[in-house]
Amino acid sequence: MTVAEIVEKHGNHRENLLSILHAIQDAAPDRCLHRDALDELSELMKIALSDLVGTATFYSMFSLTPRGRHIIRLCESPPCYVLGSDNILEALRERLSIGIGETTPDGLFTLEHTSCLGACGVAPVMSIDDEVYGNLTAEKVNAIIDRIVDDHITAAAARKAD
Amino acid sequence: MAQPRTVVMVPVDADTVTIGARDVKNRFAEAIGRRGLAAEISVFEVGSFGPSDAGVIAAVQPDGLVYGGLTPERVDRIVEEHFVKGRPCREWLLPGEYPLPDPRAADARRTQYAGRIVLDNCGRINPERIDEYIANDGYFALGKALSEMTPAAVVGEVKQSGLRGRGGAGFPTGLKWGFCAAESGPEKYVICNADEGEPGTFKDRLIMEGDPHKVIEGMALCGYAIGAHQGYIYIRGEYKLSIERLHQAMAAARDYGLLGDNILDSGFRFDIEIKIGAGAYVCGEETALIESMEGKRGLPRLKPPFPAQAGFRQKPTNVNNVETLANIPAIIYRGADWFRRAGTENMPGTKVYTILGHVLRPGLIEVSGGVTLRDIIGDYAGGMKTGTFKMAQLGGTAGDLIGGEMLDVPLNYDALEKVGHTLGSGAILIMNESVGVCDFLHACMRFFAHESCGNCNPCRNGLRWLTAITDRLKRGTGYPGDIEIMEEIATVLKTAAFCPLGQSPAGPIVSALRYFRAEIEKGIDRKSARPKPDHTARALATFAG
Repeated sequence: MTVAEIVEKHGNHRENLLSILHAIQDAAPDRCLHRDALDELSELMKIALSDLVGTATFYSMFSLTPRGRHIIRLCESPPCYVLGSDNILEALRERLSIGIGETTPDGLFTLEHTSCLGACGVAPVMSIDDEVYGNLTAEKVNAIIDRIVDDHITAAAARKAD
Repeated sequence: MAQPRTVVMVPVDADTVTIGARDVKNRFAEAIGRRGLAAEISVFEVGSFGPSDAGVIAAVQPDGLVYGGLTPERVDRIVEEHFVKGRPCREWLLPGEYPLPDPRAADARRTQYAGRIVLDNCGRINPERIDEYIANDGYFALGKALSEMTPAAVVGEVKQSGLRGRGGAGFPTGLKWGFCAAESGPEKYVICNADEGEPGTFKDRLIMEGDPHKVIEGMALCGYAIGAHQGYIYIRGEYKLSIERLHQAMAAARDYGLLGDNILDSGFRFDIEIKIGAGAYVCGEETALIESMEGKRGLPRLKPPFPAQAGFRQKPTNVNNVETLANIPAIIYRGADWFRRAGTENMPGTKVYTILGHVLRPGLIEVSGGVTLRDIIGDYAGGMKTGTFKMAQLGGTAGDLIGGEMLDVPLNYDALEKVGHTLGSGAILIMNESVGVCDFLHACMRFFAHESCGNCNPCRNGLRWLTAITDRLKRGTGYPGDIEIMEEIATVLKTAAFCPLGQSPAGPIVSALRYFRAEIEKGIDRKSARPKPDHTARALATFAG
């Protein structure tokens, strides 16, 4: 969907701005809000670009820099911290060779911190895209990452075969 | 229609989904269908039973058995052995005292269901079927209000019940409704605050996932009472399952004429829309939430005017927490006196807590206001999982840290106030001796520094300082004087921060110093006699590093 279509669908009104930003970001292959999209949005909604950027950067779910295909968000809130989220961060760092806020060179994963995901009953917790994973251990993290990588390899092989 | 002889209830909530509850439920349905038992045994999803320690579970009723640690493979065996051959698979059964969703059972501590008001349906009914909610007296309160009560009588009943806001601040709900009802004008709004961001708190999510209609009915009752025709649920974008179930429930309610233009043929019009947030802790504060709903940065507004006078779109608006609204149907249907039978004089009714940390059985409980922390750990949470009790944090990351000497204080507003503490949002984080106080405080301060909206100086800068100082203390490299600075910043936050979220980080700091001062002092390095630092530069440099 183009920016204009998204605005049309949600209604050109300031109250709908957060939904519109969500939709624009989801539509971008690199999961971020691009400058040209924001320029266009500014024009369409008659909201100053500075105001748009100010709003988008206020919320942690929006990004202005390109991100990977899958966004890993590790909970850093105290309840997860007490139950060992630091070990999980270490496992992710080791497995992906990236730190918080970075993207793997193959563009597959971006690692982020998040505040409480509300799944503290199964802490420590992380989410990858829309899925939440609980009761994490280093082994479990590796298995989850392996599975996603395998899925991509299989999908790529299938595309090649076609 | 034939009645099934057995039902299998699989709690599917955001916790269990992460470990495969949907697959287990589908496998039950498949395997039972393959055996030709679908007419006799029905399988459905329910909300959480409460505890979240036993993996994917399933209750088999009326047998009263609960299986734990389920996988699709185990389900095949259970269907074969239990349902076909009639021999329960004992090795996967949970012990007899596992809380079962049976409100008739006598021992409240065992079942944890007796006396529930908010969670009475959670884990017992299929949240995706409105008929089951109605069969458990659902929407009866709305019917009663619309046919027998004036809006003023509804407000009066809520006032009479003594219900206090369950979001954390504990403001009397009836009073709040009264302010909004007193405003004139046809355009008013009801907002359900489902932006549950306080770390450790997930009660609202489990209420919405387990019994979404209760929240919807509570909102409709509020709309009738204050004269509003439009409600909004402002919910976190991360709460996918809650959003899904609320959408489904709203559609079903519209179908039955329980939402929409002419509710129950009374002429009363009310509908609800869902607004999805984008990740900002401060949006849990009601005026920041309203700013966010208007598509702006979620900065708190100056009060007064309060939302009751000028809230969403500058119109009179009533904002309540999910749990608060979920109490309303029972209050209206059964009456304020019935509600007051539970709890204490100043905190009637029950409170939903989320228990987490180093306990055997983390999860959700609903108890009345006289219960102590010792009861909660010992009886409801199954005791400590490892180590011995060292401290607890009451009410999420903004809550007070308390030590062992407070284990016997009843958890209600008044008793806690007397000893200088607050109850907060309902999260109870239990920690054993493996957690260092300074380390924990640093995790709390780092969280707040990240979530500060940046609007006011005490919060924006004060929290950076506190993050830097607690970081030094946890490494044992604190400067002499650091503790005094920490106390000073806490005082400034408490007195000068713009909104409650900026004031609250003082809580953990002040209370930690009260109980664990000796341990915190050990974080100060008095030996190396380093020069007294220029605090501004050093604190900020440490933070940046």
